[in-house]
Amino acid sequence: MEKIKSLADLKKMQGDLRAKMELREKSNHPDSLIQVKVAMATCGIASGAKEVMEVFVEEFSKRNIEAVVTQTGCMGYCYAEPTVEITKPGCDPVTFGYVDVKKASKLIDKYILNNELVDGIIPVNYASIDKK
Amino acid sequence: MAQIKYHILVCGGTGCRASQSEDILKNFQELIIDKGLGTEVQVVKTGCFGFCEKGPIVKMMPDNTFYTKVSPADCEEILNEHIIKGRKVTRLLYTDPETKEQVSDSKHMEFYKKQIRIALRNCGFINPENIEEYIGRDGYQALGKVLTELTPDATIDIIKKSGLRGRGGGGFPTGLKWEITRKVKADQKYVICNADEGDPGAFMDRSVLEGDPHSVLEAMAINGYCTGASKGLVYIRAEYPLAVERLKIAMRQAREFGLLGQNIMGTGFNFDVEIRYGAGAFVCGEETALIHSMEGKRGEPTVKPPFPSESGYLGKPSNVNNVETYANIPVIIIKGAEWFSAIGTEKSKGTKVFALAGKINNVGLIEVPMGITLREVIYEIGGGIKNDKKFKAVQTGGPSGGMLTEKHLDTPIDYDNLIAAGSMMGSGGMIVMDEDDCMVSMAKFYLQFTVEESCGKCSPCRIGNKRLFEILEKVTKGQGTLEDLDKLKNLSNVIKDTSLCGLGQTSPNPVLSSLMNFPDEYNEHVVSKKCRAGSCKSLMQYIIDPDNCIGCTLCARNCPVNAISGERKQPHIIDQEKCIKCGACMEKCKFNAIHIN
Repeated sequence: MEKIKSLADLKKMQGDLRAKMELREKSNHPDSLIQVKVAMATCGIASGAKEVMEVFVEEFSKRNIEAVVTQTGCMGYCYAEPTVEITKPGCDPVTFGYVDVKKASKLIDKYILNNELVDGIIPVNYASIDKK
Repeated sequence: MAQIKYHILVCGGTGCRASQSEDILKNFQELIIDKGLGTEVQVVKTGCFGFCEKGPIVKMMPDNTFYTKVSPADCEEILNEHIIKGRKVTRLLYTDPETKEQVSDSKHMEFYKKQIRIALRNCGFINPENIEEYIGRDGYQALGKVLTELTPDATIDIIKKSGLRGRGGGGFPTGLKWEITRKVKADQKYVICNADEGDPGAFMDRSVLEGDPHSVLEAMAINGYCTGASKGLVYIRAEYPLAVERLKIAMRQAREFGLLGQNIMGTGFNFDVEIRYGAGAFVCGEETALIHSMEGKRGEPTVKPPFPSESGYLGKPSNVNNVETYANIPVIIIKGAEWFSAIGTEKSKGTKVFALAGKINNVGLIEVPMGITLREVIYEIGGGIKNDKKFKAVQTGGPSGGMLTEKHLDTPIDYDNLIAAGSMMGSGGMIVMDEDDCMVSMAKFYLQFTVEESCGKCSPCRIGNKRLFEILEKVTKGQGTLEDLDKLKNLSNVIKDTSLCGLGQTSPNPVLSSLMNFPDEYNEHVVSKKCRAGSCKSLMQYIIDPDNCIGCTLCARNCPVNAISGERKQPHIIDQEKCIKCGACMEKCKFNAIHIN
């Protein structure tokens, strides 16, 4: 183990280590971050949701986008799997269907970074108990 | 390359470990490798989450899912369902007792809503045995900042401005103590951490040391820089093996990283820490007794002044602070005095960690802002009284404190209000009592503790407390008189005024405060020889109701002392002379015919 010889050393080390803790730090205040939920039930996984989730996780860390990626169970739109629900801070969640690896990158470029909508939005056809 | 997507946090606090959290950790680690999830899931052992009532706790990140009462056998299901299929394991979620709804996100649990975690900021969040996680969360940045940017005086000034007061109980302003130690000239000074937590039902300091030992080490080093000490000593009871072990690991890692030892961060500042073990004597929490114990002498207090800040360990100036006080320091340095002093009340700043215990639904460890009311702590965070019983009192400050009652429920909790209410902050134990608890017996319980823990050096404490205890015993046996109650009060005041150290000066507090708050209960014990809580055995009688008794003889056959007699199919009678009040008859009776009078 190389000893820490200065405050600069410590700061550099912290910078490297912080990344490892980031997943936990973010979950302390998820509401202020972009939240991406990937539906990962059997139907989703069979249609490639795992790879889609991978894209989100990797792209976010590559481009330094502050976001939380989690998985959820089946959202009920099995016909449109893989489905992804994206919640931007202060906005209502938007659910996108037919998200493959390519479309995942497109969602990041267009919706997440530029607020442009992308094809395949699944309209909200339910009321959530949170809002009752 | 696959990235880590999930962290599974498993509580490694003493409470959860006692219910197999070590096995849970091991199972997760093995299963993750079996299932090929090693590159996506990381399992982390953490310190206490505080929600000990429902342990062992497993928390899934990043979605904050909070699983309670997890058993080692549940690990496979959690991985299969939660991680692989994305479905929460609903049977392990926490159910809100009020709404009966399952709460998956810990942010929405009543238990956590009102808490602000400063001293416990890393407990249940980082792995206490891994210094890298601490560094990743701003660890040792405060030390780096004071060593390179601040003078000792400027640092002390921040602590003074923050308004931090000693968390061990007394509430002495921390910055002022540091300043006094700094001003005394000496060739060697010591930084002492008081981890001799001895109140019955208190486990705040243990949890901090188990969950975040580095924050204490960092703060001790900061104190060393401020006061001019190069040596730190942690006085910890040997009966805290896990805290000792984690502290040792933390010290070793800090030395390896060059954060303890010679020339820290190239600034020329030297500081190292050693452990001193205590044998678990309550009086050794008193700072002069603690110092004598560390010197290898008898753990007996001496008269102050001189204060340890002037003449302490081996006669050298020593700064003694409690674990929780230290745990607050690094955050205050980083976030600033204004940030800290914005939390709390006018004279009590910041937060306080409390150990909730007794007749309360959510037994556990909480950290709340000063100024919160007892009602919020007991009914919102604590989830109310067990089995829907009626709240009677809460003992704060352990055996040195007093009882707070219903009329104090809306008093904001801070140092001064608690003293005004006849109790004290103490180190943070909160023992909740319900209608089934007899206040005379509670006072007797605490007094028994102080009688046993009195070091015997001064007579008011050694003899006085023993006499107090004897009078209380008389009262609980139904042999007390009204004069005894006066005697209790007078003797208590004499002990308070004339004892040598804090132990004796505070030991009659439970008696005085229960006398003040529950005079009727004392009177009932001596006048009508009754204990309304039904807990003083000498004052209660088991009686058979002849209308309900069908003479089945079951009680008579189960009585261990043959105190019950009667013909078959005729109502039975209990001989009160023989009865030892064990309650076996009442338990056995199928016809509800036996009552306590």
